[in-house]
Amino acid sequence: MSTNKVIHAIYTDDDILMDAVKASRAAHHHIEEIYTPFPVHGLDKAMGLAPTRIAIASFLYGVVGLTVAANLLNYIMIVDWPQDIGGKPSFAFYQNLPAFVPVLFELTVFFAAHLMVITFYLRSKLWPFKQAENPDVRTTDDHFLMEVAVSGNEEEMISFFKNTGAVEVKVIDKH
Amino acid sequence: MYTFSNKLKTFAFVLMALGLLGIAYGFLTAPKTTADVEKILAESHHDGHHAAAPAHDAHAVAAPAEAHHEAPKTETHEAVANDTVNTVEKDTMKAEVAPVVEENHHDAHAAKADTHEADAHKEHEAHLEHVLHQLQNKPWAAMYVACIFFLLISVGVLTFYAIQWAAQAGWSPVLFRVMEGITAYLLPGSIIFFLLLVLSGMHMNHLFTWMAEGVTDPKSENYDAIIAGKSGFLNVPFFLIRALVFLAGWNIYRYFSRKNSLAQDNASDDSFYKKNFKIAAAFLAFFIVSESIASWDWIMSVDPHWYSTLFGWYVFASFFVSGITTIAFVTLYLKSKGYLEYVNTSHIHDLAKFMFGISVFWTYLWFSQFMLMWYSNIPEEVTYFVTRIENYNLPFFGMVVMNFVLPILILINTDFKRLTWIVVMAGIIILTGHYIDFFNMIMPATVGDQWFIGVSEISSLLFFFGLFIFVVFTALTKAPLLAKRNPLIEESKHFHY
Repeated sequence: MSTNKVIHAIYTDDDILMDAVKASRAAHHHIEEIYTPFPVHGLDKAMGLAPTRIAIASFLYGVVGLTVAANLLNYIMIVDWPQDIGGKPSFAFYQNLPAFVPVLFELTVFFAAHLMVITFYLRSKLWPFKQAENPDVRTTDDHFLMEVAVSGNEEEMISFFKNTGAVEVKVIDKH
Repeated sequence: MYTFSNKLKTFAFVLMALGLLGIAYGFLTAPKTTADVEKILAESHHDGHHAAAPAHDAHAVAAPAEAHHEAPKTETHEAVANDTVNTVEKDTMKAEVAPVVEENHHDAHAAKADTHEADAHKEHEAHLEHVLHQLQNKPWAAMYVACIFFLLISVGVLTFYAIQWAAQAGWSPVLFRVMEGITAYLLPGSIIFFLLLVLSGMHMNHLFTWMAEGVTDPKSENYDAIIAGKSGFLNVPFFLIRALVFLAGWNIYRYFSRKNSLAQDNASDDSFYKKNFKIAAAFLAFFIVSESIASWDWIMSVDPHWYSTLFGWYVFASFFVSGITTIAFVTLYLKSKGYLEYVNTSHIHDLAKFMFGISVFWTYLWFSQFMLMWYSNIPEEVTYFVTRIENYNLPFFGMVVMNFVLPILILINTDFKRLTWIVVMAGIIILTGHYIDFFNMIMPATVGDQWFIGVSEISSLLFFFGLFIFVVFTALTKAPLLAKRNPLIEESKHFHY
């Protein structure tokens, strides 16, 4: 069958949507995408989406930030020009460590936070002037839209989604 | 209903018996006279502490003793006093951390080098006297640390409990009975602790130097102008009255909140719930004031020349995280025995999050206190850290690793926070670390560099641990482990994160 045909099933309630998702998964319909106006708790689990790894990425970015800060301070304060500033011991990194900790902390947080956000933008393909991918303007307001790939009998699928409580079921040709 | 397993009860009794034996041993083997001290010092010298020639050894011991002798009326008294023994081995490592003490020491060393032969004997006697006091303090301080540690754990749980009530937390009501069980230790704990304070006030020990006779008397040899200036606050009757008020206030809250919580089980309306909400809020207001003053009294005043403004918060964070860890431990134990039907991994996860968060909070306060003093390096306040870094290097920095580095690495992972063995492992590290934290707060001022985690310390810990287990699990048998009519109990039963 044609692979570029999708069904848009539109719901007006997140509870009905959740039940519809479970029913669709049980009937082995492939859910391409779900558009909701707000985060629906447990939707990702119901859809069977893999958990995010952004926290792991963030931890690693934090480690990078810590390393950058430590090397920066060590090079400037200890290696390059170990001046006596107000009697602070600049003979070795660990001797002046307490004075460096605020910077070490802030740069760790800075790297972890900003690089994580940028990672999120890249992975979600979000940037200014990006063309919105909204299939139906109502999904940003009060409607929920489930996009399912058409396979097999189209009529059967339409009636199946009508039975899941959809207020509207459309077949769309995707390019 | 929970039944106290015989195995656990026996275990608690064994701990108490062993602990008592060890405590008695500690008191009996403490030196009585300076002659005993001389013997002990001689032995430790032969043990290779001081491989130097005997002549050099005597010289080294005598010189710092002089410094000590001259110093009592200066502000660096403590730093020097804590530095009078084993100076030989410390000489090399001292240079980096303690310029002030180092100079003092060397001045004394150089200036008296010619004449010290004549004074040596007198100085040696003064030194022995000093070490004698430290060694006599050892079993007392060991008991004091263990006693206050377990007392404050139950206080930490009580605070957490009050916060849960006042915040109307939806996740924790299934754990209320566990927390109430743990806070049952508050009463026996505070009685023993108060007795210890009274005994100190009766000069049975030298834990609090400001209690010593003659410190406020200008004619006395012991006169200390700084302590005398603080005697309006630091005097024994006022000190004991304050302790009594604080301990009574906490116990009264504990008594009534428990009573109301049980009454709510059989009530027909929520009036007991509302009462508990109100007294929890009142308690928290009383607590934050009393805890702050209590930490000055019971912990900061062992170093009466030193002061720190965020000390109350620092002590609070330390026992608060220990209390939360204890809740997690008791919960996991009861859960593993099948007594807590409605506790799921989400509850454990929440407790582990608190353990993680408050550990970081503790570290923030520890570092803020340390860094501010290290940075400004004002002699009168930095001596506190100088003695700790010199004489307690491993415990002082080891506890930062145990209370910060390990918990943050272990408990940062969401999945890990749901695994029993991970939470238990992290909890053991945290509790040990915070015992060492209290050890570090009390010991340097009471036993100085004579510290050791030996029979006295471990026995005291075992005794109070046994007592704690016995009291807590006895209290747990007194009421059903699930509160019945708490308005939030349904939410709590179905809590999922």
